[in-house]
Amino acid sequence: MAHYFTIFFNSVFIDNIALSFFLGMCTFIALSKKVDTAFMLGIAVVAVELVTVPVNNILYNLLLKKGALAWAGYPELDLSFLGLITYIGVIAAIVQILEMALDKYVPALYNALGIFLPLITVNCAILAASLFMVERDYNVMESTVYGVGVGVGFALAICLLAGIREKLVYSDVPKGLRGVGITFIIVGLVAMSFKAFSGLQF
Amino acid sequence: MAKAKDALLEPLFNNNPIALQILGICSALAVTNKLSTAFTMSIAVTLVTACSNAAVSAIRNHIPNSIRIIVQMTIIATLVIIVDQMLKAYAYEMSKALSVYVGLIITNCIVMGRAEAYAMKNPVYESFLDGVGNGLGYSLVLLVVGFVRELFGAGKLFGLTILSPTTDGGWYVTNGMMLLAPSAFFLIGFIIWALRTKKPELQEE
Repeated sequence: MAHYFTIFFNSVFIDNIALSFFLGMCTFIALSKKVDTAFMLGIAVVAVELVTVPVNNILYNLLLKKGALAWAGYPELDLSFLGLITYIGVIAAIVQILEMALDKYVPALYNALGIFLPLITVNCAILAASLFMVERDYNVMESTVYGVGVGVGFALAICLLAGIREKLVYSDVPKGLRGVGITFIIVGLVAMSFKAFSGLQF
Repeated sequence: MAKAKDALLEPLFNNNPIALQILGICSALAVTNKLSTAFTMSIAVTLVTACSNAAVSAIRNHIPNSIRIIVQMTIIATLVIIVDQMLKAYAYEMSKALSVYVGLIITNCIVMGRAEAYAMKNPVYESFLDGVGNGLGYSLVLLVVGFVRELFGAGKLFGLTILSPTTDGGWYVTNGMMLLAPSAFFLIGFIIWALRTKKPELQEE
């Protein structure tokens, strides 16, 4: 059990996908103007990560890994080079299914999430979670925990940033720095504080 | 001819993908703590953007509108797999250092964005140049950030010592902050600030 907690806390705080790996930055910057939208996006990311990472893990272990096709009579076959195209296909498909399912069963949530769901397909944080999962050789249970952790970490970071940006309206920022410029610098400061979770070493 | 020149040169400064369109920043920040990784990443992204633009443009009249995203994704993913395998074959150390970031070129918004915004509407040659131009605009920012981070963080450029650090008995106290994540954000913030001060028409309200 402790092992899963470690994976979870690592992925939420120490290895925060947005603040220490810089992934999902495009959406991170673009949709962090209001806390409401940021929170919605956060939920959507958690939901998608929760499904895609374990599914990709199963596909990798059953079909792509070297020797994984031994049951079909090809013990030497190594299809891991097809990984990238498989993962992105799975992600696109799952996002589509999730969208249709939400539309049918939870229309309120579907309307609230709106355009964020399709946007998530091209969010690098989602693909990256699958790639890190392969690189670190997680099993199905570990990868589920990891997927949720990554999603929660992203949600936390984007809500934090949105909170700061809402307050920023009251400050007098130099002209050239307004908008994106100052956002980058704020993200830098937030990232610095997150570094404290792993201990600062200069 | 003028159009082709514009396609190539506009993205370098006037419409830089990272600093102005705010696309593809993820990898820009992550691989820039060394100049050599930034350089490899630049080449990879420029190649992928140029080739995917050309490929998408070549078949643009045959792609049904409703599935165009999937078609573009497949083309891009194929190109990225080729680049990834080439790196693994000829520069294994480099491919280890870049780890997942090569694969993440697929979701790099520059590639997708240019395919969607430019290649779907323009002929092959111009699309190709547009891809090269955007790749170079991306590379420019990447190399500047990589240069500053490696020089001040480790006193080196491409792994060669320029400022001899105190740890090896030299005089330069390395700024470890530069090698950590936040410095990349600050640098990009400053680059955007500089660009927008120079070109006031780009400023946001």
